[in-house]
Amino acid sequence: MQEGQKIVAQFKSSDGDVTGPPLNLPGDVTPEQLELLLNQLLEQSEDPLPYSFHVGEDEILKNLWIDRKDKSTEDTITIVYQPQAVFRVRAVSRCTSTLSGHTEAILSVSFSPNGAQLATGSGDATVRIWDLNTETPQHTLKGHTSWVLSIAWSPDGKTLASGSMDNTVRLWDPKTGKALGDALKGHTKWITALAWEPYHLNSKANRLASSSKDSTIRVWDTTLRKISMTISQHTAAVTCVKWGGEGLIYSASQDKTIKVWNSSGALVKTLQGHGHWVNSLALSTDFVLRTGPFDHTGKRYASEEESKAAALARYKAFKGNKPERLVSGSDDFTMFFWEPEASKKPITRMTGHQKLVNHVSFSPDGRMIASASFDNSVKLWDGMTGKFIGNLRGHVGAVYQVCWSSDSRMLISSSKDSTLKIWDIKKMKIKMDLPGHLDEVFAVDWSPGGDKVASGGKDKQLKIWRH
Amino acid sequence: MPQNEHIEEHIKRHGRRLDYEERKRKREARKVHKDSQYAQKVHGLKAKLHNQKRRAEKIQMKKTIKKHEERNAKTKTADAVPEGAVPAYLLDREGQDRAKILSNMVKQKRKEKAGKWSVPLPAVRGMAEDEMFKVVKSGKSKTKSWKRMVTKATFVGDGFTRKPPKYERFIRPMGLRFKKAHVTHPELKATFQLPIIGVKKNPQSPLFTHLGVITKGTVLEVNVSELGLVTTGGKVVWGKYAQVTNNPENDGCINAVLLV
Repeated sequence: MQEGQKIVAQFKSSDGDVTGPPLNLPGDVTPEQLELLLNQLLEQSEDPLPYSFHVGEDEILKNLWIDRKDKSTEDTITIVYQPQAVFRVRAVSRCTSTLSGHTEAILSVSFSPNGAQLATGSGDATVRIWDLNTETPQHTLKGHTSWVLSIAWSPDGKTLASGSMDNTVRLWDPKTGKALGDALKGHTKWITALAWEPYHLNSKANRLASSSKDSTIRVWDTTLRKISMTISQHTAAVTCVKWGGEGLIYSASQDKTIKVWNSSGALVKTLQGHGHWVNSLALSTDFVLRTGPFDHTGKRYASEEESKAAALARYKAFKGNKPERLVSGSDDFTMFFWEPEASKKPITRMTGHQKLVNHVSFSPDGRMIASASFDNSVKLWDGMTGKFIGNLRGHVGAVYQVCWSSDSRMLISSSKDSTLKIWDIKKMKIKMDLPGHLDEVFAVDWSPGGDKVASGGKDKQLKIWRH
Repeated sequence: MPQNEHIEEHIKRHGRRLDYEERKRKREARKVHKDSQYAQKVHGLKAKLHNQKRRAEKIQMKKTIKKHEERNAKTKTADAVPEGAVPAYLLDREGQDRAKILSNMVKQKRKEKAGKWSVPLPAVRGMAEDEMFKVVKSGKSKTKSWKRMVTKATFVGDGFTRKPPKYERFIRPMGLRFKKAHVTHPELKATFQLPIIGVKKNPQSPLFTHLGVITKGTVLEVNVSELGLVTTGGKVVWGKYAQVTNNPENDGCINAVLLV
């Protein structure tokens, strides 16, 4: 590049709005300088935010000249900026404790939305709540008579729901460790997944959807402890249910379809296209809905209305004006990228895996999708378009679950080969290998606060990992 | 309200009445009727208190009876939590037994090491070098014997040109070079004459594979475009493996069976 070469550049936000006037910049401007400029243009110089810059498809890492493929100096270069998480999560590197207590394999692990408590469901029919400060067991919730397959925290963190092989859903108070009444009966086969209504739609957090092998989805009112609705249009087991931010319920089933329902139980759309069972769903707003009013500042709100307003503000800020995006992973080795509010045809078909896709997950900032497959690889895809970005190889056994860190910079994957691996997304390489489990790792979760990871599996041990 | 334990002391010293047990039994039997009479006669505040107390007692009694019934009901299997807990995404999937997988892996590795694949002729008779090669003497007084002539059928490719005769160590005579093989399809039982693409593996030695020597048991690659086979993806198959089943040097032709 010649000395003193100048180019004309125009900043554009990821939503498509133009920011500031076209600028005359030196050709080798670095991302840090671009960040300074942008913060000044957006009048954020007091609280500068970190941004990442892209020109076309290339990300600007070193400077504007080197990282661009077609280096024309004639036309105006459009630089698209995306805010990155202000906080940075440190990679966990050591296992701080191995907690035994469960007498059978641990089937699901989940942190509460505010990151203060940890709950695990196991094959010994109990749910255990663990104290994170001392890393010791806190409560053992007995009541189920068979394996606890799924657990879900209500978005305000005050109730814990657990679904089991014994066809019931039970509700618990995580603070005191007591059961909130008897089991919610109604399903005729085991419960595959649970999903609470988002906080910004219902701040009382009393509606819960449960999907089951008996091909129905039941929506429960948890305060009245009654079935609010039963949705039974699927013709085979429902494997996954998610409650979206607009009040739509998405259900994936072994009858190869995904059905979209509105809050009163009426079918809105059927998304068809998969050739085999649909295993897993992921929404772009997953993380925001899970954490509700809690964010990285750790602020707690005094009243319910304030929390609801805060949750709504966070949701709106995250969503912008784009429709919610949905990714579904299936046994036919492919995934589909949908925008269910817009159309019932998929936007892209994401192929590449060589064995079934077990779990898909959107990054918390909604920009990336990770898919875990039984072919030992994790694939990364663009969260806006569904385009393939790269492979993450390293596991020697089927990858069961993936979980993103809350700043979207790292990904953890758990596998049948008893290891967990942390991947650095920027470098697309493995960051940390976490061996230590003695047998297959069935479930992993990263706390929303970013400081802890909990994993459990067939060896009945719960491991907590920290930096 | 007795002060001190006179009643108990008297019982200790003198024992009870002789008909004490019988009277006690009858009193208890009558108690049920007496309670019922009391419950019917009592009124007002006393009745309310009595009813409240009685209700609590009855609830407790019902609970204990139910527990006893459950214990007697002999549901052995419902209580025990079944073994082999798997998460929801692994239910409905028949997981192969871990031991079976490992033993399969070990077997596969052993096969690979031994180079054994499932072919129609798994083993062939070993051949000594003097059977394969004939020593050709060269030099001015025919004393040098570093040249060898192959005595078995060979395949040389299309663009084959001999090395300069002075430096040629292995001579493959033109008379023993074959281009076509008679390949039998094992299921259809039909034989076709197909051109050979190359020698894939000669079980005698990798040297023979490299030279292109064809003996019994050699795996060849033949051109099957004549047969018109198509893969499931829609692509045309034009090369397949076949194994030689006769001794070509004795018969003058190569007979092979297609490996499907």
